[in-house]
Amino acid sequence: MHYFTRKSIVIAAGGVFFAILPLLAASFGKEYLVSLFSRILIYSIAAVSLDLLLGFAGLISLGHAAFVGVGAYTVGIFFFHGFEAQPLFGFIPGSENGLIVFPLAMLISALFALIIGALSLRTSGMHFIMITLAFAQMTYYFSVGLEKYGGDDGLSLYSRNSFPGLDLSRDYHFYYLCLILLFLFLIFIYRLVNSRFGLVIRGASSNSRRIQALGVNPYHYKLACFVIAGAGAGLAGALLANQTEYVSPGLMHWTVSGELMVMVLLGGLGTIFGPVLGAATFLLLEEFLTMYTEHWMLYMGPILVLVVIFAKRGVFGLLAGLERRHD
Amino acid sequence: MLLLAEQILNGLQLGITLFLMSAGLTLVFGIMQVINLAHGSFYMIGAYLGATAFAATGSFFAGIAAALCGSALAGMLVEFLVLRRLYYREHLDQVLATFGLIMFFNELTRMIWGRQPLFMNPPSWLEGSIELLPGLIYPVYRLAVIATGLLVALLLWFLFSRTRLGMQIRAGASNRQMIGALGVNIRLLYTLVFGLGTLLAGLAGVMAGPILSVESGMGESILILTFVVIVIGGIGSIRGAVVGALLVGLVDTLGRAFLPMIFRIFLDNAYADGVAASIASMAIYILMAATLIWRPRGLFPAHG
Amino acid sequence: MKNPLITFVFVGLLLSFHNGFAEPVKIGMITTLSTKAGYLGEDIRDGFMLAMSQENGKLGGIPVELLVEDDDAKPEKGKQIADRYIVKDGIKILTGIVFSNVAMAVVPKVVRENVVYLSANAGPSKLAGDGCSENYFSVSYQNDNLDEVVGQYVTKVGHKNVYLVAPNYPAGKDHLAGFKRYYKGAITGEVYTKLGQADYAAEIAAIRAAKPEAVFFFLPGGMGINFLKQFSQSGLNQTIALYGPAFSFDERLLKAVGPAALGVKNGSQWSHDLDNAANKQFVAAFRQAYGRTPTLYASQGYDTARLIGSALQAVEGKLDDLGPFKTALKAAHFDSVRGNFSFGKNQHPVQDLYIREVVKTADGEYTNRTIEKVFENHVDAYAAECKM
Repeated sequence: MHYFTRKSIVIAAGGVFFAILPLLAASFGKEYLVSLFSRILIYSIAAVSLDLLLGFAGLISLGHAAFVGVGAYTVGIFFFHGFEAQPLFGFIPGSENGLIVFPLAMLISALFALIIGALSLRTSGMHFIMITLAFAQMTYYFSVGLEKYGGDDGLSLYSRNSFPGLDLSRDYHFYYLCLILLFLFLIFIYRLVNSRFGLVIRGASSNSRRIQALGVNPYHYKLACFVIAGAGAGLAGALLANQTEYVSPGLMHWTVSGELMVMVLLGGLGTIFGPVLGAATFLLLEEFLTMYTEHWMLYMGPILVLVVIFAKRGVFGLLAGLERRHD
Repeated sequence: MLLLAEQILNGLQLGITLFLMSAGLTLVFGIMQVINLAHGSFYMIGAYLGATAFAATGSFFAGIAAALCGSALAGMLVEFLVLRRLYYREHLDQVLATFGLIMFFNELTRMIWGRQPLFMNPPSWLEGSIELLPGLIYPVYRLAVIATGLLVALLLWFLFSRTRLGMQIRAGASNRQMIGALGVNIRLLYTLVFGLGTLLAGLAGVMAGPILSVESGMGESILILTFVVIVIGGIGSIRGAVVGALLVGLVDTLGRAFLPMIFRIFLDNAYADGVAASIASMAIYILMAATLIWRPRGLFPAHG
Repeated sequence: MKNPLITFVFVGLLLSFHNGFAEPVKIGMITTLSTKAGYLGEDIRDGFMLAMSQENGKLGGIPVELLVEDDDAKPEKGKQIADRYIVKDGIKILTGIVFSNVAMAVVPKVVRENVVYLSANAGPSKLAGDGCSENYFSVSYQNDNLDEVVGQYVTKVGHKNVYLVAPNYPAGKDHLAGFKRYYKGAITGEVYTKLGQADYAAEIAAIRAAKPEAVFFFLPGGMGINFLKQFSQSGLNQTIALYGPAFSFDERLLKAVGPAALGVKNGSQWSHDLDNAANKQFVAAFRQAYGRTPTLYASQGYDTARLIGSALQAVEGKLDDLGPFKTALKAAHFDSVRGNFSFGKNQHPVQDLYIREVVKTADGEYTNRTIEKVFENHVDAYAAECKM
């Protein structure tokens, strides 16, 4: 094993950077960056989970934002019932304890992913793209109709969730919670991809028939992948609801799914760590362009096109000197 | 009964507009295997150019001509500059590049035409309504849209089954390699087909102009419906586009029209309205999901 | 588009140095400049900046610096900008949000962080009722106001049955509830459409079958344009009277609707033809500066800036302690372009409400003409729920 490959140096440097960012921000008097970077970490979790689908399982889902939204709504709805002290469906008490609602958000997102995935995986290729989009649109319109929880106006949380030993209303505590969760999620995905499960998944996306000949049903593996990615997105949603202290159907809009895809590709498809860089690049670029010009989309659009055409390896690939990915 | 007839006409009219959009998109996908999210942008370009030319000259036909030329040219330019490089790439790359194009075109129209919506009315000779049957009054302009759509469907049928170009296109759709072997200039053929697709989108846009508000971002709402249509119909199949468009148009319109009435039978009014409205807005997605679960490749799959 | 902004900021800075002030007062404007609704934010901003330019970069004699950023109509983005404005720029005064959902994501949080928010448009019921705050001022209206005035007017005109149309989301239901609060006749039908719906043929056919005397609709933005055009094409405008709140009838939207809106009556708290000196001066100055007739959004932006100016003047630009500043805001000592203006106990406007009609001017423009004042010193319905 080479421990000092370019790739591992890039990953280590990135890790160190994120770990000391709040210190840097404080010493340069730019504390507002902490909240921006919390958002980057959160979107990173969503993007990494999407990379599992796009980059490894070969499943192009254009509805990933739906699971982010479900996770966020889980936190929002439980907070609402806890705050108003009226049980959900008359018997489930609300909660603002992060140790309860975060796993719940992941679980419920995973459940949604199980149902949507089981149906969507009957199709493939372009049809899969479109059916995931259709399910996301359904979830979107469903949440617009949720009158009790604000519908299109969304649901405002009075405060962030409580975690033992942490005070999430302090941006630094929240930042490190995001960082730790992202770190754990990255390790999990990394080990998953390099396990037997990961081999089957990658095999199934490149040569389904060979895998079937080995007596493995790729459908179940792909579905498992879809569910894991859904749970990851749900975690991101739970964090996002805490960061903005607000949930709304806008989280599930199809353009958000599109943006998540952009982050994955920008960072480097199928690289696990790349999407973190992708999320950072995308959100910083957006932040920077909106500060500079009202017409930021006029620049963002062509940048995307150029990245797709010319920078196929993504930012991570560029930095880590990876091979061109195979088409 | 009259109400039902009127609602069916409404569904038909929506279906026709969707057909114009999906015919182009399904062709592009069928032949070049390219998924183009920016198809709605050409619809918007058609509407903006049409409204501008109509306002400047006072002639509706000048508006249509401007929309057709403009959207076809813009389409071919985009094909030449961007999409040509993506034919042999993954769908993912195509989705993202064309997603970028949507952002670009939306902002560009805002910069050129300003932020407020544009004005466009039907020409004076298509204004007003006529009584089709006693009690069934219908706007003339919408009838004209239906007629135009049927005419285009006929022309497309003629193009594909009776002309040499159409044969080549169809051959290209079913077998990319063969068409090259036959000595056809594929690059040119692709550019032409793409231009034809965006021309149809532009036509749909300019015809929608007098009915809808002409504004930046108008392409996205119809784009998603268009995708629903071609996925239901089967990607790459013109016949599928016809059936899918009519199906989506009718389900959407009739759902909105009659679901509230049906729900009111079972539920109290205020609650029924809300529930019915929610289900009506999801109806076409439910239709699409159901179709795909039943027939994973759509109703009329084009490729084996 | 951004050049005039930079010029204003620049002029403001220049003058502040000239006067020996170290720092101009920073005001953060979070508004919607992109998306289909971009022109709303543009008008709020332009109205606000007009007030600044009339005082050469000052408000109430105090140099100010206006920071403007596009929230893309996304609540998350609005929140992000607000965070940055407060933490990075140390801003104490925020304004500009167009949409209720963005306001609900931003306002409850910022007012707890001791920042004053002045709404130049959105007025969600939550913030007027039990969610009211002493750091939150609505300079525009409470969302339901413009529907209530129409309800009162329709009752007075004597329509016996009305058909209601609104998008299927809480704001849609709120607006219809506002209408029903003052409308006393029968309701023939009530239909909720898809948010962002383009084609209303199905709903219009149902209206034709129901034969109401009047239709009241709340469909903001492009939805309203679509509905008005299609309603007129169906020929129903000949027999059925159409009513709505001002949101579908601002002067820029009327340009896109054209003759289809002719004769439609709508409720508003302001109109460009209101007869008072402040308004005449404002309309003339706005036309000269931007070459178009101001919309109600522009009037709200202008009033917001002038209100801030009156309070800054009272505290001589000192914002270290916000108490006196808020007291001065609440006094509302400024000449509103609406004429009559004061704050109620929930710090929402107590103001007159009018019915206007869409007319065609001699030079072919479509615009609003005030018909009559329906409410005087109207208080919103949620004020009683505010515990302040």
